[in-house]
Amino acid sequence: MCGIVGLYLKNPELESRIGELFKPMLIAMTDRGPDSAGFAIYGDEVGEGWVKLTLRHPAAEYDWETLATRLKTELQLELSWFQNASVAVFKVGAEEAALREWLSEEAPDVLILSVGQSIEILKEVGLPEKIADTFNLEGMKGSHIIGHTRMATESAVTMEGSHPFSTGMDLCLVHNGSLSNHNRLRENLKREGITFETQNDSEVAAGYLTWRLQQGDSLKEALEHALEDLDGFFTFTIGTRNGFAVMRDPIACKPAVLAETDDYVAMASEYQALTTLPGIENAKVWEPEPATFYVWERS
Amino acid sequence: MKTIDLAESSIRELNQALHDQAPECLEREFEVLNPKGQHNIACGIDQNLSVDIRGHAGYFCAGMNKKAHVVIHGNAGQGVAENMMSGTVRVKGDASQAAGATAQGGLLVIEGNAGARCGISMKGVDIVVKGDVGHMSCFMGQSGALVVCGDAGEALGDSLYEVHIFVKGEVKSLGADCVEKEMRQEHLEELTDLLNRAGVNEDPASFKRYGSARQLYNFKVDNASAY
Repeated sequence: MCGIVGLYLKNPELESRIGELFKPMLIAMTDRGPDSAGFAIYGDEVGEGWVKLTLRHPAAEYDWETLATRLKTELQLELSWFQNASVAVFKVGAEEAALREWLSEEAPDVLILSVGQSIEILKEVGLPEKIADTFNLEGMKGSHIIGHTRMATESAVTMEGSHPFSTGMDLCLVHNGSLSNHNRLRENLKREGITFETQNDSEVAAGYLTWRLQQGDSLKEALEHALEDLDGFFTFTIGTRNGFAVMRDPIACKPAVLAETDDYVAMASEYQALTTLPGIENAKVWEPEPATFYVWERS
Repeated sequence: MKTIDLAESSIRELNQALHDQAPECLEREFEVLNPKGQHNIACGIDQNLSVDIRGHAGYFCAGMNKKAHVVIHGNAGQGVAENMMSGTVRVKGDASQAAGATAQGGLLVIEGNAGARCGISMKGVDIVVKGDVGHMSCFMGQSGALVVCGDAGEALGDSLYEVHIFVKGEVKSLGADCVEKEMRQEHLEELTDLLNRAGVNEDPASFKRYGSARQLYNFKVDNASAY
């Protein structure tokens, strides 16, 4: 089944409260997805020439300090980092490609959950409330955030198979639904050089968008192509550096509700997840149309 | 009037209070506060009650309704008034997909837009939508009437049996075996009655009528080679 929630702030004064506003939205979707949960938060942006990586290692006691020191000395670059439960966020004055190459050779067990200037992806197996508490979602600040609660149907319940999936620099995707052509599409995308960590169908959708964007598509063009090439059921919410996008498949059997006020745009699988937002009683609330995408971005 | 606040009472408590009126009606008017998108509000009523729901409702609101008059002062989620038998359900805002699914009687009025599959497999209900309806509306509709004052999405009336469909605006496309039909005096009278019952002020003459071409009712031996 799965639940999706997203919150994009139009009023910058709310940015210090985004975690507090978003936590009840994520927890409200527990009955749609109790097996794992995750979210991608945008904020705390690094400057030009820097990238921010969210990294995870299977071992809880992994020594991030040593990894940071090695990166600094061996690649001779500037770096700061902090740990948040099972993940570490590294802010590095370097190019993404060089970091990816070094990590794949020197620390192959380290999984890169996200790369960008703003994005951090945090996800785990377990109840949404537990995951929100593990990463201290309530205290987080940012401009926008998208989240997912998972009820697995197509592949195993693992951290790797949980959402959001990174789809490139500052881009990520959450998915409610199931894709029926993901096996063939995965094979085609592998030949194009896209790599996959799991057998998950949503990861294929993320990989597809990554590939289209590499081909030079704008986000809008990539989504238009996705409507043609992805077969199955989907409601997607896609996080971008400046905002977020929502798209439903032409059949539109997977639910979605949007709400907008002067302060924010919010998205959820069900209206129940929006009821704790301030001013929701007077918000414009509507159901997104099938085969249509909606994009909110700050300039 | 009895007021039930869903911030304090559960859906089960609300529905039980409504069901308790079935054998002997001691309270005819109910007001439901703080629905907050919860599912299964006011389901399975079997009494001539009046229920006002103040806010947005979740899935299956007023499902299986018998005799009651339910008003949702907000939007309704999927399957509003699904399998309704009689009575009236009125949605002041929009309804999500499958509004009035399989409903067998009564009147469903949606004052905003209805999503996809409005009136799917309807079996006798009358549905009046002041706005638009989404794709595949009236799919396999068997009897009753669907009135759309706005536009209809793709594949309207696909695999239709005997529902009478009236649309004022554009129809994006007709489904298999659904055709436009002549609007005769008896249909104008039927539509006038439907609009009056729904309290909708529209000119019946500005609607078009659609119905079943009845070509899918029976297997045709000429088509045997296609199987």
